[in-house]
Amino acid sequence: MKKPIYMDNHATTPLDPRVLDAMMPYLTNKFGNAASRNHSFGWEAEQAVDKARKQIAELIGADAKEIVFTSGATESDNLALKGVAEMYAEKGDHIITAATEHKAILDTAKHLAKKGFRITYLPLGKDGLIDPADVAAAITERTILISVMWANNEIGVLQPIREIGRIAHERGVLFHSDGTQAVGKVPVNVIEDNVDLLSISAHKMYGPKGVGALYVRRKNPRVQLTAQMDGGGHERGMRSGTLNVPGIVGLGEACAIAQREMAGESVRLARLRDRLKDRLEAELDEVYVNGSMEHRLPNNLNMSFAYVEGESLLMGINDIAVSSGSACTSATLEPSYVLKALGVGDDLAHTSIRFGLGRFNTEEEVEYTADRVIEVVRKLRELSPLYEMAKEGVDLKKVEWVKD
Amino acid sequence: MAYSEKVLEHYSNPRNVGTLDRNDPRVGTGMVGAPECGDVMKLQIKVDDSTGVIEDAKFKTFGCGSAIASSSLATEWVKGKTIDEALTIRNMDIVNELSLPPVKIHCSVLAEDAIRAAIDDYKRKRRNGNGDNKK
Repeated sequence: MKKPIYMDNHATTPLDPRVLDAMMPYLTNKFGNAASRNHSFGWEAEQAVDKARKQIAELIGADAKEIVFTSGATESDNLALKGVAEMYAEKGDHIITAATEHKAILDTAKHLAKKGFRITYLPLGKDGLIDPADVAAAITERTILISVMWANNEIGVLQPIREIGRIAHERGVLFHSDGTQAVGKVPVNVIEDNVDLLSISAHKMYGPKGVGALYVRRKNPRVQLTAQMDGGGHERGMRSGTLNVPGIVGLGEACAIAQREMAGESVRLARLRDRLKDRLEAELDEVYVNGSMEHRLPNNLNMSFAYVEGESLLMGINDIAVSSGSACTSATLEPSYVLKALGVGDDLAHTSIRFGLGRFNTEEEVEYTADRVIEVVRKLRELSPLYEMAKEGVDLKKVEWVKD
Repeated sequence: MAYSEKVLEHYSNPRNVGTLDRNDPRVGTGMVGAPECGDVMKLQIKVDDSTGVIEDAKFKTFGCGSAIASSSLATEWVKGKTIDEALTIRNMDIVNELSLPPVKIHCSVLAEDAIRAAIDDYKRKRRNGNGDNKK
């Protein structure tokens, strides 16, 4: 077993060697610009891009013409929200989203709020799920867009996309979903799931960094976007800039592999994830899963280890790469806003760890991870005044803490 | 973020972990921080009444590696000092000793606060104890 072990696959995934093989020619001798119309260098680049467009479209049940290449999901999210807001500003000024969205959505929404748009943030249940009835209730005559992520990047919770999309369509509102964590991991079909715009990232599904796509529906309804970058009018005028051909080829190949292997892979990952969860729950007391287990990505486990601060736990398992919702590990020095939105207290948010399993994790790695986490949690609890107090029967909620 | 050698060393081998009897009149207990802030330190000292020397110190900490290291170091430093000497320990001494980065300075502040809180608790007990004797 090679160490350190990588189990942070929601942050990024390693490049699948098969994806690299597909990309290699376009990083070397097939260097043409896909927009060059009058020589073979351009043609072979364009052919490669067309093939990738088909591979991506097939994975999500779309038409190849509906794929717009971008630099990644952050750009796709920006283009979807700002592009729709600008294009449909005459029709309305109201956008609906949720508090657990990725910052690429939340900060874009904040930006639009400054420009005069009104944003409604949907409430979430303790399990992290949005109630479609809340979506229906939030829609007004001025609503132009609903944006709800398919799967959450911290807790892996899968939203009822099909149902939300159905409501959006009934009411004539466009529906965008950030599919960064979901595409390639769980079945996604833009027609059956009633999605009009879908953000896709390559590096979350064993493709390269710096490339992504936005699915933009062409009929029922035909979605129009205002471009957010001026230039050569690439991608049907929606996203100018010379296409990142090797990256796009990589994204296409990553989608093709995911389509072939998703069914088997998701069963394998769910089994490994459940094994990890079962061991942690069996061998430690006071551990809590954050978010619904039923509506969840097969590769995600997010758990709070009460009375053990997350960063100190990460330090103890330093040969395993995972992340924590603890404030100490975040740039803002605030604990996870996603857990907060679920009603998880700051005390438990500080003790949360996110395990993101991936294609290359083995059973041996999962057993080793469980061993290490159990060992370090036990050690840190010996060190924890809170664990000691809890065991003595002190109600920590009633203690008057001396805050700095 | 990379941790300094000394933080890692205290984290791996924390000194003086444990609990003293908080009802012992010679024991002062300081508990600072809050669970929702992500750090709580409990530092206890046992003082020789006749000399004022801290003869034992124990800690337990909920917090990041730097918080654990700061409190572990604090127990090491106060042991063998008089309570007046212990009161001269400043958080910046801990920062320098452990090479804490700026975002971790609050861990050292908490450790200094914990020392003071433990000494205050001991002094309060002593005052109350003496008061009782006079009656």
